[in-house]
Amino acid sequence: MQVERFLEDSARLTPEKVALVCGDSRLTYSEIDRAANRLARGLIGAGVGRGDRVAIYLENSAEAVLGIFAALKAGAVFMVVNPTTKADKLAFILNNSKAAALITDTRRRAVVAEIADRTPHTGIIVMAGRAGDVAAGGKRVLQLDELLRQSVDDGKPANPSIDIDLAALIYTSGSTGTPKGVMLTHLNIVSAATSITTYLENVEDDVILNVLPLSFDYGLYQVLMAFKAGARLVLERSFTYPHAVLETVVAEHVTGFPIVPTISALLLQIDLRKYDLSHLRYITNTAAALPTKHILDLRSLLPHVKLFSMYGLTECKRVSYLPPDQIDIRPTSVGRGMPNEEVYIVDEQGNRLASGVGELVIRGANVMKGYWELPEETTRKLRPGPLPGENVLYSGDLFRVDEEGYLYFLGRKDDIIKTRGEKVSPREIENVLYELAGVAEAAVVGVPDPVLGQAVKAVLTLRDGVSLTEQDVLRHCSQRLENFMVPKLVEFRAIMPKTTTGKIDKKTLHMTAVI
Amino acid sequence: MDASVQNEIRAFVIQNFLFGQGAQLADDESFLEAGIIDSTGVLELVGFLETTYGIAVADEDLVPANLDSVARVARFVERKRNEQGSRVAG
Repeated sequence: MQVERFLEDSARLTPEKVALVCGDSRLTYSEIDRAANRLARGLIGAGVGRGDRVAIYLENSAEAVLGIFAALKAGAVFMVVNPTTKADKLAFILNNSKAAALITDTRRRAVVAEIADRTPHTGIIVMAGRAGDVAAGGKRVLQLDELLRQSVDDGKPANPSIDIDLAALIYTSGSTGTPKGVMLTHLNIVSAATSITTYLENVEDDVILNVLPLSFDYGLYQVLMAFKAGARLVLERSFTYPHAVLETVVAEHVTGFPIVPTISALLLQIDLRKYDLSHLRYITNTAAALPTKHILDLRSLLPHVKLFSMYGLTECKRVSYLPPDQIDIRPTSVGRGMPNEEVYIVDEQGNRLASGVGELVIRGANVMKGYWELPEETTRKLRPGPLPGENVLYSGDLFRVDEEGYLYFLGRKDDIIKTRGEKVSPREIENVLYELAGVAEAAVVGVPDPVLGQAVKAVLTLRDGVSLTEQDVLRHCSQRLENFMVPKLVEFRAIMPKTTTGKIDKKTLHMTAVI
Repeated sequence: MDASVQNEIRAFVIQNFLFGQGAQLADDESFLEAGIIDSTGVLELVGFLETTYGIAVADEDLVPANLDSVARVARFVERKRNEQGSRVAG
C-alpha cells in the first residue's frame, strides 16, 4: 500500500468530511485530494518523475499538506524542510538530495533567490502565496494558485511506484554535524502509521491537534495518521500562543494532542481547569522523556485523558509506547515495542539480553532503508537481522529492561542534544561558531532546562585581542541555523578544558557549564 | 499611543530575538509570520512586560491579537496600564 492512499481512501469514503482545519480554512477530504491531484499533475508536467525528490519548505499550512500528497501522487519522494532553515543549509539539503523541485512561498523567496545559482539540480520552484517575480536563476517557477485552478484536471495521475519505493527523506542531525537523509519507503511509513494508530485506537471521530513542525517526523505523522483514520487534523503553526491553541482545542473538540516536554512545561503554567477539555481522549509524548512531575500533574489535572509516554527515532519512526494503564505504575518507563515490531537489547558484542542494560535494537517493517548516499553510516546503524537480507536498527541508545519487559531510557551513546524535543548536533553548531572571525575554540553542550529539556550552550575561547559579545555570537548563529539550534546561552572562557590527548573535554564542560 | 513604550518594546524584541539586527522590523510585522518568536520567547516577552510596566499578564492574554507585533504589544501594554490605573483610582 502507498502512503497517498491514506488520503485517497478517505476521500472516497467520506469526501465531504472536513479533514483539515488550518487557520480560517476548512478543507474536506475531496477538496484536498483533488487539489493534490492538480498539484501532482503540475509537478509531473514540469518534469518531476518517479523517485525524484520534492522539497517542501513551508510553515505548517494546507499548502505543505498538499505538497506532501502531491509529491507522492507524482511518484516522487517528499522531504519537508524546517521553515526556519537558512540559505546555506537549505542549499546543502537540496544539493545532497538532488531535489528536482522545491515547493515554498513568497515569504521565503529571498532565501530561494540567494541559493538559486548554487542548486543546479533543483530546476522547478512552486510558489505559494502572492504571485510575484522570483529571481530564480534560470529555474522554472510555477505559481501554486494557478496549478490549483478549477479548470485544471483533478483526476488522479498515473503513478507506477510500488510500496518498496521511497516515499520520504527526512533529514536528521548526526553526530558528525552533517545532516543525514533518512530514507523511508511507503512500506516503512504505512507500517509505522498502522502500528501507532492501532495502539492509539484512532478512529474517524478523532480530531487531532498538531502544533509541531511537519519537518519533525512526530508532526508529519499526525497528518498521515489523521488521514489514514479518516479523522480530522487541526493544524496549528506552533504552540507560540498557548491560550489561543487551547481555545482551538475547546472549539474544535480536539480528542488527541501530541506534545513534547516543552509543551507540557508551558501547559502546566496555565490554569487548565478554565478550559473545557472534556473531549480530549489522549495526549502523547515523545522526543524526550516527560519529567515524572509533569506526568503526575497532567494525570491529576486531566484524569479522563489517556497519557501515552513514547520513544522513537526518525530511523524507524516510533520504537515503543507505554500503555496508559501502566503510567501510574511505572511512570519512568517508555514501555514496550509497538504492535508488529520487535525490540530487544544487546550487549557490546551484539548478543541478545533477556533483561538488564544494553543497546536497543529494533526489528520491523518500519525500519528505514538507510541514510541517503551514506553507505558507511548506514552499515553502522543497520546490521543483518535473523532472516537473510533483513536489517535491524541499532538505536545507539542505552536502555534497561525490567523483569516484565518494560524499557527505561538510560542515555545516548553519542553527544546529540535534545532541545524542545528536537535533535541537535553539537558539531553542526560548533562548525557554525568556528566560522565567526575571532573564535579560537568552540564547544557546544546541552544543559538542563525546565522548559526546553536541554538548552543549547556555547562555550567559547577567543583569539588574542578579539572582543565579541554574546549578541555577536547569537546574531551570527541566528543567520545560519534553524531557530531551535541557536544557543540559549553563551559563555566566554579564557581556557578550554582539555583531555590528555588535547581534545576539548566535554565531560568537564558538562560538569562546570550547568546554569 | 505612548511612543516611548513602543520604542522600548521594539528595542527589547530586536535585542533578544533578533540579536541586534532589527532595522528591517516593521512595527506591524507579525512575529509568528516572520518566525521571530516561539513559545519560550513569548514567556520572555511577558516577563519583560510585567517587570518593566508593572502589568499583570493573564493566561487569556497570551493570544496573537495582544502580542504578535511591536505595535500590538504596545497597545496591549497601554490598555493594561489603563485598566489597572482605573482600578486603583476607582
